[in-house]
Amino acid sequence: MSSTVQPRGTTKIALAAHSWLVYLFFFAPILVLIVFSFSDDNNVGRWGGFTLEWYQDFVENTQLQNAVWVSIRVAVLSTVISVVLGTLAALALERFKFRGRKVFDALLYLPIIIPDVTMAVMMLLFFSEFFDLLETWFGLDWQKGLSSITISHIAFNISFVSVVVRARLAGMSEVLEEAALDLYASRWKTFRYVTFPQILPGVAAGALLALTLSLDDVVITQFSSGPGATTLPVFVFGLIRRGVTPLINATSVLMLAASVILVALSLAFQQFSGRPSLRTARQAISAKPTTNTQSKEGIPQ
Amino acid sequence: MTVVADRPNGLEKADAATPEFEKAANRAASRRGFLLSLPAYTYLVLFFAVPLGIVMIYSFATRNRFGGTDLSGWNLDAYRKLGEPIVRDILFRSLWLAALTTLICLVVAYPFAYFIATRTPVIRNLMLVFVMIPFWTNFLVRNYAWRVLLGNDGLFTNISEALGLGERELLFTTSAVVIGLVYGFLPFMVLPLYASIERIDLSLIEASRDLYASGFQTLRRVLLPLSMPGVIAGSILVFVPSLGAYVTPEILGGAKTTLLGSYIVTQFLTARNWPVGASLSFVLMTIMLIATLVYFRTGGRNL
Repeated sequence: MSSTVQPRGTTKIALAAHSWLVYLFFFAPILVLIVFSFSDDNNVGRWGGFTLEWYQDFVENTQLQNAVWVSIRVAVLSTVISVVLGTLAALALERFKFRGRKVFDALLYLPIIIPDVTMAVMMLLFFSEFFDLLETWFGLDWQKGLSSITISHIAFNISFVSVVVRARLAGMSEVLEEAALDLYASRWKTFRYVTFPQILPGVAAGALLALTLSLDDVVITQFSSGPGATTLPVFVFGLIRRGVTPLINATSVLMLAASVILVALSLAFQQFSGRPSLRTARQAISAKPTTNTQSKEGIPQ
Repeated sequence: MTVVADRPNGLEKADAATPEFEKAANRAASRRGFLLSLPAYTYLVLFFAVPLGIVMIYSFATRNRFGGTDLSGWNLDAYRKLGEPIVRDILFRSLWLAALTTLICLVVAYPFAYFIATRTPVIRNLMLVFVMIPFWTNFLVRNYAWRVLLGNDGLFTNISEALGLGERELLFTTSAVVIGLVYGFLPFMVLPLYASIERIDLSLIEASRDLYASGFQTLRRVLLPLSMPGVIAGSILVFVPSLGAYVTPEILGGAKTTLLGSYIVTQFLTARNWPVGASLSFVLMTIMLIATLVYFRTGGRNL
């Protein structure tokens, strides 16, 4: 079939050339950035021979190191909490009918669709009011910092985790869970030995997405961070606005490397989630077709 | 709870004929679902719904002389300010740039997505992986890369000089912002387009060509209508974040290209007019909500 549909002649060449150009557009800026991060010249756009000087600077810069640690702590903490809350929410929404379900569903979607800037403003005003309240009621003097950044990141990460886990649950038949319950497994055991192993790839994908989003965010973090603690992207953003330096090049390349590791992990998990044995077993067991037959794997939501 | 009562799915289904039993099971399931959702529910009410409410209250408030905000005496002053030329210009410029970005992304992504969709599965997956890498790469870094490329004495300027095109300064112009936005959001257009084109029965194109339609006619009358859900979904996924963009215009744009996102941030960090900032963020959110409703209505969710 496809052989006759294939565009012929100039169209075919044009399409292929266009695709290569798109890839060039995607990757050229990144490659240029990587190359020039090793350039021994104070001007970021000029090649002055190979050096690791800027990476040395990065390691020696205490402000950057602090920002890196804040970023990692916020990312890990917010990911762990939002994975637990998001997975529970996904289970509740996909497996149970309960009062307030629709409101909860809508509330869970809002952080995904709301513009970053609006959410940033929300968190700024909220923390300003909240800290005022704490001071007048309890005499507590809290400052924005690590905890407020983490709170904001959890607020958007819960939603992304739950969407990913729900996609996984929706494509999964309940038959195995019912079988476990029929065989007198307790609710907890059913979850621990039947449900959880099946949704694990979804949970892992959700966790990686949460980590990525947390490490990526600038605006929301900027509005919920205090003078005490800033994350790496916010700190770098501040540096960029003051001017471009080779140090920022090196820092950016390291951030890039972190992203690439996360992509590789997520791709590995997708491979894992597509294991045929589990899928065929599921299809063999379920007599009825699942409601959601479209595979969502491979396409980020 | 005894072991037997804790077994709704299996046993109760068998006894579903007894209405009381079924009701009790439903109640148990309802309680369980509610309890499972409770932690996330509480969290989102506390740290999302309440902040949203606070923004709404602030948008009706007045700025006092000291740069603070008076919450008593609600009024619509902050929303009236949207009609003022400065704010209106920024709003229109943001809408225009977001629309332009969406259009460019659509034109660039459509043939690209078509090309991917018509490859063999192995090549297709490989191509998609290379679309997803920039998609997952740190957004700030991707914008910064263009700052380096376009900057003073950057590679772009050097190439343009070498080609004899003269010294072209792109950085801090509207074009630079659009390039940055297209670069940032192109994957959002490619992926839904690919998903909808891949689903089209390609023999329809064959049929169209057999019936003497030209390539363009086939595109316009067959391919495009069939991939419309992808076009709409991709357009919304690009338009919405472009409209609220803050990082890209801040890094690549100049003082003359203030967009909505930057203007809102300025209202909070420097101008200290919180009610205006709050009302603008509310307007921005409303536009997004409308776009999202369209997205769901047109079936973008199923892509």
